[in-house]
Amino acid sequence: MTEADPIVRLTDLRLDRGGRAVLRDINLAVPRGQVVAVLGPSGSGKSTLLAALTGELEPAAGSVEVLGQPVPRNPRALLELRKGIGVLLQGNGLLTDLTASENVALPLRAHTRLPKVLIDRLVMMKLNAVGLRAAADAFPRELSGGMARRVALARALALDPPLMVYDEPLTGLDPIASGVVMDLVRRLNDSLGLTSIVVTHHVHETLPVADHAIVIANGGIVFSGTPQALQASTDPLVRQFLDGQPDGPIPFDAAPRTAEAA
Amino acid sequence: MPFVAATRSVGRAGLFTLSVLSASRPSVDLFREFVREIYKIGARSLPIIAVGGAFVGLSVTLLGYRALDTYGASNQVSAMLGLGLYRELGPVLTALLFIGRAGSSIAAELGLMRATDQITALGLMAINPVGKVVAPRFWAAVLCVPLLTGFFCSLAISASYFEAVHVIGIDSGIFWQVLKDSVDFVDDFGMALVKSAVFGAVAALVASYVGFHAEPTIEGTSVATTKAVVNASLLVLMFNFVMSALLFR
Repeated sequence: MTEADPIVRLTDLRLDRGGRAVLRDINLAVPRGQVVAVLGPSGSGKSTLLAALTGELEPAAGSVEVLGQPVPRNPRALLELRKGIGVLLQGNGLLTDLTASENVALPLRAHTRLPKVLIDRLVMMKLNAVGLRAAADAFPRELSGGMARRVALARALALDPPLMVYDEPLTGLDPIASGVVMDLVRRLNDSLGLTSIVVTHHVHETLPVADHAIVIANGGIVFSGTPQALQASTDPLVRQFLDGQPDGPIPFDAAPRTAEAA
Repeated sequence: MPFVAATRSVGRAGLFTLSVLSASRPSVDLFREFVREIYKIGARSLPIIAVGGAFVGLSVTLLGYRALDTYGASNQVSAMLGLGLYRELGPVLTALLFIGRAGSSIAAELGLMRATDQITALGLMAINPVGKVVAPRFWAAVLCVPLLTGFFCSLAISASYFEAVHVIGIDSGIFWQVLKDSVDFVDDFGMALVKSAVFGAVAALVASYVGFHAEPTIEGTSVATTKAVVNASLLVLMFNFVMSALLFR
């Protein structure tokens, strides 16, 4: 998976949590315009990888380049870089004392000098894009899990970032809501010209919308290829994960997470 | 290594204070949040401050009357009340009530925001979480605690007046005249406001610091709430002694 100008490039990356190497020797280039699924069992380091992409976690070794530049350590430069990355968190992270529309307006109010009328219109456009125009005045507690996830998605898209990162976007959603969210991921990626990285362990819902799949297990990338190649793989490690077998090369009993670990 | 750990905590708290001040650039958003926090931590604390102030006024008047009457100086009860109230009781008790009512809610709110990824989400949206959620609470506390102290003292004096004049039988004119003669507007009332502003800052900083850095679990939030109340209360009492020693002759 290589390209001259990838939107994300990881080179010889090693990521530690609590003094323990979670991922090592990670090399990856994500081409622009694709939906890339980063798959792996729970505790395999998917969220740790995401933390490195957003600059929350400093690599122990190697480099992380996002949007054509190394992820900066300087807090101000890091905030600047993050304006170009939309992140949908597993827990949504919606501010509970703001309505859906106020949540979506948050990044627009913080980073633009647009007049209120224009911000209101943009907010309604974003909510319309995720099919939640009618829920603009609802508070997060009044929304179902799937609706709250879509509001968070609209907020992540508010600044039209070229790169979207989804952290376990299907956790806690029923099959219909999962289908709606994954359909949105694909549709928004194509219509807005984004690049999407979907970090998940929901294989069967994610592969149909992905252009490329990566499987992380045992501290490294064990597969990188098309979803079709992944489905056809005979690698015992990949098969154990895809088929949900309790016995195999991936140990079910992993080390406990430390307070720092994601 | 408790000394090293304590020193590290003080250093972190100092850096946190600096980050709150540096994140307090005037903006429409900050002002909007600031007004909302004034309502949440200031206006909604009024009932508890009113009740607290009234009962403190009643207690001090009763205590003062019994003590002073022994020496035939029961007319001086409003002087004792005024000085005690403005110099010590007003700012300290208001701050302690504020910590119990608003400081705990600040810590719990920020702890829950941490546990539900709201603080992480702000950072990922390139919004400084300290500027967004801590700075408005800090400045609202700095403004509200002096106002609440004024309210506390007013209620205490009103209750004292009722008890001294209508129950004990002290002359109304003497009550007010003695109070007016003994309490200086700048040295007593002004200093009470200064002390209160410092206590408000201490309460908000401690509550915000422990809430903002709470472990993202339910237990972490409850620990942060307890720490906020205990640590802020002790710090207020310590600051009160130091300030009283420096400010009042």
